[in-house]
Amino acid sequence: MFLSASSIIGKEIDSVLLLISGICIALFAVIIFITLYFVIKYSRERNPNPTDIEGNPPLEIGWTVLSIVLVLFMFYWGWTGYRKIKTEVPKDAFVVKATAQQWLWSFDYENGKHTNVLNLPVNRPVKVTLNSRDVIHGFYIPTFRIKQDVVPGAEKYIWFTPDEEGTYDLFCTQYCGLGHSGMLSKAVVMSGEKFQEWYSGRTEVPKVALAAKSIEVMVEEGKELYRTKGCIACHTIDGTKLVGPSWKGIWGSRVQVISAGEQREVLVDEEYIHRSEFEPQADVVVGYPPVMPPQKGLLTEEEIKAITEYIKTLK
Amino acid sequence: MDNTLPSGSVHGASFYEERGHYRGILSWILSTDHKRIGILYLCSVLTLFGAGVLLGFLMRLELITRGPTIMGPQTYNEIFTLHGVIMLFLFLIPATPGVFGNFFLPILIGAKDVAFPRLNLLSWWVYMAGAVLAITSLFTGNGPPDTGWTFYVPYSLRTGTNVPLAVFSIFVLGFSSILTGINFVTTVHRLRAPGMGWLRMPLFVWTLYATSWLQILATPVIGVTFLLVIAERVFGIGIFDPAKGGDPLLYQHLFWIYSHPAVYIMILPGMGIISEIIPVFSRKVIFGYKAVAYSSIGIASVGSLVWGHHMFVSGYSYTAGVLFSFFTFLVAIPSAIKVYNWVATLYKGSIRVDTPFLFALAFLVQFSIGGLSGLILGALSLNVFLHDTYFVPAHFHYIKFGGGGFAFFAGLHYWFPKMFGKLYNKKIANYALLISFIGFNTLYFPMFLLGLEGMPRRYYDYLPRFQPLQVVSIVGSWILVLGLILMFGNLIRALFKGEKASANPWGGATLEWQTPSPPPAENFEKIPVIEHGPYKYR
Repeated sequence: MFLSASSIIGKEIDSVLLLISGICIALFAVIIFITLYFVIKYSRERNPNPTDIEGNPPLEIGWTVLSIVLVLFMFYWGWTGYRKIKTEVPKDAFVVKATAQQWLWSFDYENGKHTNVLNLPVNRPVKVTLNSRDVIHGFYIPTFRIKQDVVPGAEKYIWFTPDEEGTYDLFCTQYCGLGHSGMLSKAVVMSGEKFQEWYSGRTEVPKVALAAKSIEVMVEEGKELYRTKGCIACHTIDGTKLVGPSWKGIWGSRVQVISAGEQREVLVDEEYIHRSEFEPQADVVVGYPPVMPPQKGLLTEEEIKAITEYIKTLK
Repeated sequence: MDNTLPSGSVHGASFYEERGHYRGILSWILSTDHKRIGILYLCSVLTLFGAGVLLGFLMRLELITRGPTIMGPQTYNEIFTLHGVIMLFLFLIPATPGVFGNFFLPILIGAKDVAFPRLNLLSWWVYMAGAVLAITSLFTGNGPPDTGWTFYVPYSLRTGTNVPLAVFSIFVLGFSSILTGINFVTTVHRLRAPGMGWLRMPLFVWTLYATSWLQILATPVIGVTFLLVIAERVFGIGIFDPAKGGDPLLYQHLFWIYSHPAVYIMILPGMGIISEIIPVFSRKVIFGYKAVAYSSIGIASVGSLVWGHHMFVSGYSYTAGVLFSFFTFLVAIPSAIKVYNWVATLYKGSIRVDTPFLFALAFLVQFSIGGLSGLILGALSLNVFLHDTYFVPAHFHYIKFGGGGFAFFAGLHYWFPKMFGKLYNKKIANYALLISFIGFNTLYFPMFLLGLEGMPRRYYDYLPRFQPLQVVSIVGSWILVLGLILMFGNLIRALFKGEKASANPWGGATLEWQTPSPPPAENFEKIPVIEHGPYKYR
């Protein structure tokens, strides 16, 4: 395997994959070998007089029975892993709530921690409950070999036991629109102690302190939010156009927008950025699709201030 | 066109010269002759196939570098949607029944035409209407749909793009498919020549028969589903949208109840073409005629019960997953039996490795890879790993293009002399096949590996580790396009400059080879009386 498995179920799935693809490759080799052998051996030059054979019941029954046995065998081995994934969630599993929305992931822990990457302890069963705020997404961590669609209006779950420390890719696999391929996150698997240290640490910077923060700190926070809140999927900071306008040089500029069907010019200032975050459809910059998801409930007022300070620095 | 084509034989005028009541283009688009309708379908589906290839080519090219290369993400998403819609609904589903079914079904059973010739013409017109609506959807509203060909809700309910018109065009195309199905079923039941019992029918007829039942029974489901999507978008009735209390999984079930059998609509007639070609070039009767014939019915029946294997990770019930996986493995058996019988037919044959036979071999290799990789995806726990990764497009392109598409090319090279009365340059055709075969496998095999590395499908941008295999695959797409250009260039050249074809250039035993090339308007001077099975060469 190219990408080694890093969960207990993943290692089991790999053995089944090896078994079933081994059978398939062997069948393919036999079919193609016999075909080519016949094509060469019974070419018109070598065998000018064909023999009509209408059938051979014992042979036909034989290969039908053999095929039935083979497919039932493969069906069984595929089923075993699925049964574990679907029906055997351990009662002591560590529970994390994942929320998907166009086009980012966020994770909530039972003690109130909130992250954009999935932090996990090694060697402990984890149950991830899956919720979507808008359309169907797909929760997929290839190294764990698990995947589950995230369906709005119906909470789904998936469970697994990571058994190797490391940082692994987390993808959205159900097509969800413009930013689908940018809807990435990471699963960070840590040792038990390291995880505890993070998990029981100070929850968040106290909100009152935020107002007193220096501009430099806010810029740094804005930079971090740009990456973790998913802004990066649609907005560049180097002037390149993506789904949305680049942030480079946008502060203080005048842009043409469509507001309720009318085109008008607005100044990019604090108020405009605030409105763009909470009600992005109110003013849509001309030449861009109206696809930005509203950030109400996702970004706090302080976070918008931090992002605004960051945008100011992008000259 | 009429003047450039030769008269078929000394016995009388070919169908190209029997214009009927009309002249010029009207003698084609108002003709109820099944052969003319077959040629109309050929021109229409190949035009749309060309468009689909171009879109696929651009889609691949975009991924040669990370980030934007030649288009933005919105355009990319629209292009992969259109590529799917065109290739499936406008090419693969109508192609083999529409072209070879229309042209050859009546001839193969010794009939003068299909049962309902006017209905037959209507189904071509309805197909064209659907195609025009589909193309209109690109340029009206807020642009082409960006949902993927599956139109999954609730995304397809929320996107601003032109989903209603696009799904309406597929609704219309469905009518065309149903009308063809009804026509073919009746034709097979009622118009077989005297003496042609069910077990004396050529195997291509059996596959068309099974396919027609699928078209009649499965297509209405997608019609209803897409009408509901339109109603949901226009009136917001809340059947599918969870925000209004609807259920998005209901949509997925309804969509796949049609769209999985549709995969068999695409591949079954192709299997029929291969079952015709192999005995002719082995010069012996097909091995296990009954098994090959009944397995078509088996595939169509069991294939109607496996739609849920597209939904193993959708979050439906555990029991549903187990049952759908079980049926999925069962449907592999009739397909496998066909392959065994084809290979066994070669045993003690007298094989002439001619162009159509080489196409059949390419089909056999690619279809086997496609089918066997389907077993990997059908296994439940492996599906949890591989679903919605590149492994899936790799698998279905091997089945639908490497299988269905290459079988269509095989049929084209097998029946071309009969349809047009001209021979093509076989050497160039063989090279074109070789280049296409290499291109095809270079294009799609790396996608299996990308899937195993965990790359999700429908991604406009990707992580650096996926790039090397993407580049290999993209180079494959260039080789494939080169092969296709050579293949079709060779056939077009043969239309104008090809040598005149004899009535039976391959030494076939089925009825189409007993009429002149091209056949006369009424196919046979006298309706033949059938005294033996279809593959009797001595």
